[in-house]
This record gives sequence, C-alpha cells and structure tokens, in this order.
Amino acid sequence: MNFSLFLLAVFDGIAYAALVFMVALGLTLIFGVLRILNVAHGSLYAIGAYVTASVGAAIFAAGFAPFLAFPLMLIAAALIGVVLGGPIEYLLLRRIYHRPEVLQLLVTFAVFMILEDVQRQIWGTQPYFEATALQLLGNVQVLGVYYTVYQLIFLPLVALTVLIGLRLFLRRALAGKLIMAVTEDREAAQAIGINADRVFFLTFVVGAALAALGGALASPTTSVLPGIGADMIVLSFAVVATAGLGQIEGAAVAALLIGLGRSFAVYLMPELQVLVPYLIMLSVLLIRPEGLFGRPGARKI
Amino acid sequence: MLARYVIPALLILIVPLLPFLAPWLKVVLIIALAKGIAVLGVTTLLRAGQVSFGHALFFAIAAYASAFLARSAVGGEFFVMLLLGTFAAGLSGLLVGLFVVRYRGIFFGMLNLAFSMIFWSILEKFYYLTGGADGIHVRRPTVLGISLARAEFETFLFYFAFLLALLLGWVALRFLNSPIGHLFQTVKTNETRLQYLGISPRRTLLVGYVFSAGLCGVGGVLLATVQGIVTPDYAWWIRSGEMVFIAVLGGAGSVAGAFVGALAYELVRTYAAAFAADIWQMVLGAFLLVIILFAPGGMIGIYDTLMRRLFRNGGSARDRDAESEAAYRPAVEGKKP
Repeated sequence: MNFSLFLLAVFDGIAYAALVFMVALGLTLIFGVLRILNVAHGSLYAIGAYVTASVGAAIFAAGFAPFLAFPLMLIAAALIGVVLGGPIEYLLLRRIYHRPEVLQLLVTFAVFMILEDVQRQIWGTQPYFEATALQLLGNVQVLGVYYTVYQLIFLPLVALTVLIGLRLFLRRALAGKLIMAVTEDREAAQAIGINADRVFFLTFVVGAALAALGGALASPTTSVLPGIGADMIVLSFAVVATAGLGQIEGAAVAALLIGLGRSFAVYLMPELQVLVPYLIMLSVLLIRPEGLFGRPGARKI
Repeated sequence: MLARYVIPALLILIVPLLPFLAPWLKVVLIIALAKGIAVLGVTTLLRAGQVSFGHALFFAIAAYASAFLARSAVGGEFFVMLLLGTFAAGLSGLLVGLFVVRYRGIFFGMLNLAFSMIFWSILEKFYYLTGGADGIHVRRPTVLGISLARAEFETFLFYFAFLLALLLGWVALRFLNSPIGHLFQTVKTNETRLQYLGISPRRTLLVGYVFSAGLCGVGGVLLATVQGIVTPDYAWWIRSGEMVFIAVLGGAGSVAGAFVGALAYELVRTYAAAFAADIWQMVLGAFLLVIILFAPGGMIGIYDTLMRRLFRNGGSARDRDAESEAAYRPAVEGKKP
C-alpha cells in the first residue's frame, strides 16, 4: 500500500464516517431521550436518499439550476422528519413508552418492515443515481491525490456543523434544555410543568430528519437501491453501540473509527469490507460492554 | 372445560391425515413444520424475555452444513445431514451465545441481527465456496441408505417432520419445566434474584440459547432438504423477522403457538402471497403491529380467551389482558434508567 492509496483510504473513511455519523446521531439522540431503539431508522435514511435522488433528477431534467441540489436535501430531510417521523411517534410510539423493551423493539421492527415495502412500491427495484451536487463542487488535489470536494470537505463540514449545532442547541436553547431535563428525569420534569409528550415528539422528528439528511447527503455518492436501509440500521447501530448508547460526541469518534476501518478493508482485504465494522464493534464490546464512552448503569434491585 | 383440550387434540390428529385429504398441501405443511420447529427456538428465548432478530443465522448454518455434506464425498444421508446440521447450529449457537448472553434487550436483539448479517455477507462474498447468491443445490438425500422417489421422499419427510415437531415440542416443554428451564425463565422475571441464589444468569441463558439455536438448525435442515436448494436468503434479516413474526402471531412464549402460528402463516402465505407478493412485508408488519397493540397473547391467547368466555370460568377481562401482556413484561420493572 503506497502513500497515495493510504491517503485515498483515509479520505474514503472520513467521507463515509460523516454519512454514518448523521444517521447514528439521530439514532442515539432518539434512544437517549425516548429510551427506544428505532429499528425503522434505516428506512428513513433510505427514503431520504430516494426522495433526494428522484426529485433531484426530475427538477434538473426540467431545467432548474443545479445548485438547488443543496436546499433540496435539507427540504427532503425536514419533510421526511415531519411527514414520516411525526406520525410514527404520535400514533405508535406514544402508546408503548410504558411497555416492555422487547415490545418496543418489535413495534419499530414492524414499522421497518412496512417502510421497506413502501419504498419498493414507490421507487421500484431499479437503482437511482443523481450526482449533480457531487459534480457541482468539483475536485481538489491533496498531496498528489484527487478527491471530490463534496466528499472530502462538504460532508465532514456538514457533520461537524450538525454535531456542534446539536450540542449548542441542547446546552443553550430553551427547547434543548427541556429535552435534557426530560432525559434526566421524566417525572420530575413533568412535575415542574414540562410537556414531556411534546419533547418526545420534537426529539423523534429531529432524529428522523437527521436519518433522512444522512440519506439525502449520501445519494450523490452512491446508487440508491433496495436494501440500503437494512444495511444502514445495522451499521449505525454498530456505531452507536461502539460509542455507548446515547453518547453524542462518542458517536462521532466511533463513526470515524468504523469508517476508517471499513475503507482500509476495501483496499487491503475487499472480502472483509462488510465484516470490519462489526469486528470493531464486537472487539470494543468484548472489553467495554457499555461502549467506549458509555457509563455502566447502576442496577436497581 | 373438556372442549378446551379436545380441540387441540383433534387438530393434532387431523394434521397427519391432511396429505390424504389434500395431497397438494404436503410440501406447504413440511415447510410449515420446519419453520414451526425453528420458531420454537425463538419462542424459547422469548420465555427468557429476549428477542433475537438474527436467529435465521442458525437456520442458515445448519442448512449450509447439510448442503456441504450432501455435496461432499460422504454423500447425502438424511439422518446424518440432520445430525450434522443440528450440531453445527448448536456449536455456532454456543460460540455466538458466549458473546451475546452478556447482553439483554436491545443489545441482545441487535447483536444477533449483526451476527446474521455478517454470515449473510460471508455467504454472498465467498461465492467460490458458497455459490454466492445462487446458493447450493441440495440433491435429494437417501434415507437410511435407500434412495426414494420425490413423492415418497416428501411423504416420508412430512411424517418425520410431524413426529419431530411433536417430539421437540414435548422436549421444549420439558426443558422449560425442568430446574434449568425455570432458572432460564427467571432471566426475564427477576435476574437479580438469580444472582442472589448464586447462579450465573449468563450460563443459564447460554443453555437456553444453544437449545434455541439447535431447534433453528433442525428447521433449517428440513427446509433445505424439502426445497432442494440453500441460498444466502436463509440468513437474511427478513427470514429472522419472519420467525419473530410467527412467534408473536402464535402467542409469544407459547410452545403450541409456534406451530399454530407457523401453520397459519404458511397456509396464508402460500395462497395470499400470490395476490400481495409486492407488499408482503408490509402486510406482515401491519399485522404484527395489530397483534402487539391489540392481542398481545397471539392466536393462543385469543383461543384461551375464547374458551374462557365460552365456559365462563375465567377471570375478569382485566386479568386476561394483564396475563397476555405479561408475555413481554419482566415481573420486576424498575423505572428505566
């Protein structure tokens, strides 16, 4: 492996980590607040990618300006968060917060099964590919290696912005503080007049929108086809579990770790590409069952 | 009250007659029994309060093990394939189990899913060994050295699967009623108490896990031999989801429910899936939601309620709801951290 291949692997890893991070962030945020692991998260990612790719292809064919690709991603993500995430929380999850964990898992799994077929009904099984955003930003030369600006600079920048933005939102904004309060102790928060239902709703919509944004951002870099949702939920769970459930900054580190591990595997041992993320997760969990940054919870007797 | 037991007994007696009444049902019934045995494994784990989204892993391992054996110089002898497949599933259950029994709930479910996805990608990527997405053709095995024609083999397989299902159902009930089985179920109801008794919950869960993996293995071998081909689909998450679905449909944690659910599911799938092939997952998902939210006891739960209502000696409606809900609930439920 020479130096330029090494650089390529690093860049691939960073670009990939930025995408996985967005999805994992939504997953870990929802878990942190609602204490529910949303198995349907991968479907929201896939639908985000599908909407962006298909709508993008349609409006560029109609002659709209290519730079619209970027606002389109944001709009698609927000729309999916509200239109899909909203009803899922309001109609389903709200009924099961007090129910056992196994049952909550089964409910989100059922939603996942439904959404996978919804995708196939709407977009069929043909792959979609729409790379206007990628081509628009062009390439950049770094240490003798050419790479797309979109993947090397834009994606990590978006991921960092979202990470810092979310942190500031949770620490400084009133809505963020309410979320933190409900996460800390739901009953106490309700006792001082916080509307926990609304906080849960808001969190789920934001988390769902993050998954869709991940999909929207991924769509120019890869073809969108059935099955990416299932892959993504397992992968983002690997990231979240490696970091520790509910750890926001930890998810960024774990995403980078897994992204780099995966891209080096692509260059060194292509057969192991799919395995490496899980191997990383399993080896971390063997030594630290609560994840890299998680704290072991106190047991109630 | 007698009727409550007469109906199940009649059902058990009718099933072996079905191939005479409706010969075209034979293969469907074999598939249903194979899946029922596999679902029994998932059901067993539900008794310990754990749901696995990856038990298709053991199903696939056993199916591939028997396919490799049939392809090798040893050749396909049904009973050897069954034993080897079940052993392979049990062994991998032990290896995977050593890791996953450290976890409960979300982690348990998702780590199982991760393992099955890993195996699925191995099956797809190492195509020079596994035939990739095309899978491996499984030639019809001999039975005790006798090679049977297709129709006879299917008849044999049906009755064998039927007896095996009865036997394994009984074994599962015996297991759950044995001392270790009670400890196993205590993982769900009160794991801390188990530790106070000086018993390792992990080891207890591991015993049940290996048992459930072995059951999935038996189902996998049966399905591989009746279908004559194994593909990576055997390990795909949809297959695991299907098992969980059947377990919940039949009645979460109910041994009889596993088979009732599998029979109902397979019959509906064979005839209805043709009309709804494209939205099959959607139908399953929607149905799963309805069962979980409105009839958590599944088909067995509905049957019990019906019988109790008919003979008016059951508890109040509230009791029954609490009972079916208890299928999922740990007895001691602290406030979530």
